Amino acid sequence: MDVILFLIFATIAVVCAINVVVQTHPISSAVSLIGVMGSLAVLYLLLGAEFIAMAQIIVYAGAIMVLFVFVIMLLNAGAESKRGRSLVAQLLGFPLLIAFLTLVSFLIQRLLPGTMAQFGTFKGGTAQNIGRALFTTYLLPFEVTSVLILIAILGAIVLARKELD
Amino acid sequence: MNFFILSVIKAAVVAFVLLTTLAYLQWVERKVIAHIQVRLGPSRVGPHGLLQPLADVIKLITKEDLIPPHVNKFLYVLAPFLAVTMALISISVVPFGTEITAFGQTTWMQLTDLNIGLLVILAISSMGVYGIALGGWASNNKYALLGGLRSSAQMISYELPLSIAIASPLLLSNTLSLRQLVDTQAGFGFLPHWNIFRGPWPQIVSFVVFLIAAFAETNRVPFDLPEAENELVAGFHTEYSSMKFAAFFMAEYSNMVTVSCVATILFLGGWHPLWPAQYGSSLAPAAVFAGGGALMLYHGLHPARRKDRITLPIFGIIFLAVAVALVAPAVQSVFVPLFWFLAKVGIILFLFIWVRGTLPRFRYDQLMRFAWKVLFPVALVNLLVTGFLVALLG
Repeated sequence: MDVILFLIFATIAVVCAINVVVQTHPISSAVSLIGVMGSLAVLYLLLGAEFIAMAQIIVYAGAIMVLFVFVIMLLNAGAESKRGRSLVAQLLGFPLLIAFLTLVSFLIQRLLPGTMAQFGTFKGGTAQNIGRALFTTYLLPFEVTSVLILIAILGAIVLARKELD
Repeated sequence: MNFFILSVIKAAVVAFVLLTTLAYLQWVERKVIAHIQVRLGPSRVGPHGLLQPLADVIKLITKEDLIPPHVNKFLYVLAPFLAVTMALISISVVPFGTEITAFGQTTWMQLTDLNIGLLVILAISSMGVYGIALGGWASNNKYALLGGLRSSAQMISYELPLSIAIASPLLLSNTLSLRQLVDTQAGFGFLPHWNIFRGPWPQIVSFVVFLIAAFAETNRVPFDLPEAENELVAGFHTEYSSMKFAAFFMAEYSNMVTVSCVATILFLGGWHPLWPAQYGSSLAPAAVFAGGGALMLYHGLHPARRKDRITLPIFGIIFLAVAVALVAPAVQSVFVPLFWFLAKVGIILFLFIWVRGTLPRFRYDQLMRFAWKVLFPVALVNLLVTGFLVALLG
C-alpha cells in the first residue's frame, strides 16, 4: 500500500516538475509547482513526518505559491515564445540532461549505499517532537535562521521603499 | 472490513447532512437578511419558502454551462472544482459529538481523528485560495482578475492573524487533535472551562481576532471585496455560470460552516454544555424544541395567513414529539452533545448572516491597514501574554 502510494505520488511529483519547465505560461508553471509541493507533502506523510507534511502545504503550497501566483497575475506576464533558442542548446540539451541524471544516480548509489526508505516505521514526526527539537537541540540554528529572514525582509523594504522627502 | 463499511456510512451521512445544510444555510441567510431589511424573503416555493433551496438547485443544474471563448480552459474548469473540493474536504476531521453506540458498533461522531487535525484544516483552507485566484485569472476578464487579485492578497494577509489567534488556545489545550482539544475543555469552575473563559488568560481577544479574520478568509461582508458588486460586477466569478458558479457558492458556505466548527472546537468547548448536567443542561435541547413547538402551535391557532392554520400546527407537533423523544436517556446520550455543538455552530453562522445584514463594506486600503496594523499586532500581543502566563502558571 505504502509503496503503491509512493510510486503514484512520486510519479505525480516528477511529471509536475517536468511540466514546470515545459509550460510556456508562468501561471501554468506555478500551478505545476503547487502540484510538486502537494505530492512532496504526501511523500513526507508516507515517511511518518506528518508535521513537516502539513507545514509543507501551509507554508510552501499555501503561502509562498499564492504569493508567486499573485505576483504573476499582478504583472500580467504573458506566455513566453518558443523561438530564440540557440542551435547548440536544442542539439545538446537532451543528451546533456541524460548524462547529468546518470551522473547523479551513480553518485547517489556510490555515496549512500544501502539506504532503504522505511514506510510507517518512523514515529518522531509529531508536532511535539519537532517543537522540542527546534527549541532545545537546534535552538541556535533556528534563531539564526529567523534573524536571517528578518534581514531579508528589511532588505526588501529598503529596496522597495520610495524616496521620502 | 467492518471499519471500511462504517467509514463509508459515516462519510455518506456527513456528506449528505453537510450538503443539505449548505442549501438551507442559504435559505436561512435570505430569510434573516430579508427580515433585517423588513422584507419577507423567499415565500413562494413551499411553506415559508422552505423548498426554495431545491428550486435553486434545479435552476442551477439546468442552466446552460457556458465556457466563454476567451478563457484559459484548463484552469477555468479546474478553479471551481478546486474551490469546492478543498472546502468540502476539511469537514472530514471535525468532531461533531462524543462516542456513540448503534447496532453493536461503537464509533465517534467524526470521520477521522488526526493528531495534526487543526493543521490539516489550515492546510486545506490555504489551498482553497487557488480556486478563487485562478478562477479570477483564467476568466481573462478585468473585473474577474481584480477580484482574484484582491482575494489572494486579502487571504494571505488575514491568514497571519488567523493562525496566530489559533495558536493561543492551542497553548492552553496543548494538543493539535480536534477531539483532544474538546476533551481538554471539559469541566466547570464558576464558568465552563472553555478556552474562551479558561485561565490563566481567557482567550476572548483571540476569539474576536479569529472571528474577524475568519470573515475575511471566507470573503464575507464586510470583507467581500473580491466580489464587490458595485465595483467589480461579480468579482472572480463574473464569467462563471450554472454548476461552476454553484461550486463557488457552495465553497463559500462550506467554508463558513468549517470556520464555525473550528471556532466552536477551539474556543467554545465543542460539545460541552454551558452549565453542568446536574442543573439540567441535558434537558436544554428538549426545552428548546418544546418551546419552539409551543410557539408554532400558538401561532397556528392565531394564524396571520390562512395557510399557516395547517403548516404551523403540523411543525409544532413534530417539534413537540422531538422534545419528548429528547427526554429519553438513550436518545440523550447521543443527541445532547450533538445539540450543544450544533447550537454553538449555529450561533456563529447566525453571526455571519447578521453581520452581512448590518455592516457596510470596507474600502480596500482600510482592509489591508486593518489586517496589518490592528489585527496582527493584537493577535501577536495576545499570543505573547498567553505564552508568558502559561509558562509561568500552567
